[in-house]
Amino acid sequence: MSSIREIKRRIKSVKNISQVTRAMQMVAASKMRRAQEQALASRPYAVKAWEILTHLAAQKGGTEQLHPLLTHRDTVNHVCIILITSDKGLAGAYNGNIVRTTTQFMAEHGHQKASLITVGRKGRDLMLRYGRKVIADFTDMPSRPKMKDIYPMAHLAIDGFLKGEYDQVYIAYTDFVNTLKQEPTIHLLLPIQAEHDQAENKAMNKHYSSEEVDSTAQYIYEPNPEKLLGVILPRFTELQIYQAILESTASEHSARMVAMQNATENAKHLVSDLTLTYNKVRQDAITKEMLDIVGGANALAQAS
Amino acid sequence: MTLRLEILTIEHKLFDDQVDMVIAPGTEGLLGILPRHTPLLTGLTFGELQIKQEGQEDQYFAIGGGFMEVRPHHVIVMADSAERSEEIDVSQAQEARQRAEELLAKGNSQDTAEAETAFKRSQMRLKVANQRRLKRK
Repeated sequence: MSSIREIKRRIKSVKNISQVTRAMQMVAASKMRRAQEQALASRPYAVKAWEILTHLAAQKGGTEQLHPLLTHRDTVNHVCIILITSDKGLAGAYNGNIVRTTTQFMAEHGHQKASLITVGRKGRDLMLRYGRKVIADFTDMPSRPKMKDIYPMAHLAIDGFLKGEYDQVYIAYTDFVNTLKQEPTIHLLLPIQAEHDQAENKAMNKHYSSEEVDSTAQYIYEPNPEKLLGVILPRFTELQIYQAILESTASEHSARMVAMQNATENAKHLVSDLTLTYNKVRQDAITKEMLDIVGGANALAQAS
Repeated sequence: MTLRLEILTIEHKLFDDQVDMVIAPGTEGLLGILPRHTPLLTGLTFGELQIKQEGQEDQYFAIGGGFMEVRPHHVIVMADSAERSEEIDVSQAQEARQRAEELLAKGNSQDTAEAETAFKRSQMRLKVANQRRLKRK
């Protein structure tokens, strides 16, 4: 059994650790809330952009051939995946989950040679260790990302797609469901799928703009629908990346919050266990001393 | 009669109110929009957006491209970037312009397009900010 002083020292250090983890938990909680708010703030724009996109598509009777960014390719040879992780660890299974989901996805679809654009140090390091092809990495994203932080990666993806270097671009991020649940998600970024999400989006539209949406109205287009699509579609891609990053940030912080909460709990248990041991050891020592004294006294009494 | 104007960027909603008139920098030229305008969808370019509200001083925004949807009583501006004239940091904009100018002078072909955009943007921001200051005097 360890000495009293040793146990005392351990109790102290565990208490210190629990203070640190509690502080980290608080910080993560407030950062999570901010990221969530930010993600919500871009929603009006997203809803409007969808509305206009579907509107333009409706004018033309279909979206497929309207613009290169909307055109599906028959054979998919090269794929690019934007993988969003965090720079820092200590966030539970957050980074592990999304990286595992991504590698599984790559294996299932035969995209082992997919080019990866990684956001966050953890994803880059893990993917490099697995020997994957990382063509670009972005680290040190600010805690409140701005659109200008997104442009470079959006550029890479859109240019690569238009040049034919990639036939599909996916984005892998962690969807924030609630504080306890974050889901690793992979979805197709390019070509943009207008039809697929329409139903879901109509519901959202109704919710947001129940006012005079007169879709039959004849619009004037300046300069023309094709050029307008050329402006809107890249924005749309940027927007999706931006939202994915915000969702991921919110997920990262909530994962960290939960991890730190557990750590604090564990530290508390450890402290109470150690305190119990400490008391036992102390009591043992006292008993031993008493026995010594009593034994000594008895010996003296017998001698006299 | 008024029309509702919304100014949205991807990051946030900047403005949402009833106004009397909007003057916006369309790709095909300046557009003045009054209530009951015919439905219109247009691209926007770098420039300033002016808002007229009755009984109030005109408000100015620096717009960095984007697009705009016009309905008879509702105008939605979806800007790549948008700033209120009061919020533009003049010294910062000046610095940005200088940097862009230097880049342009060097003539590195790779950066030229980017520098030009940066130059246009800072130029436009300065213009909008200055206009505001002149008004105040």
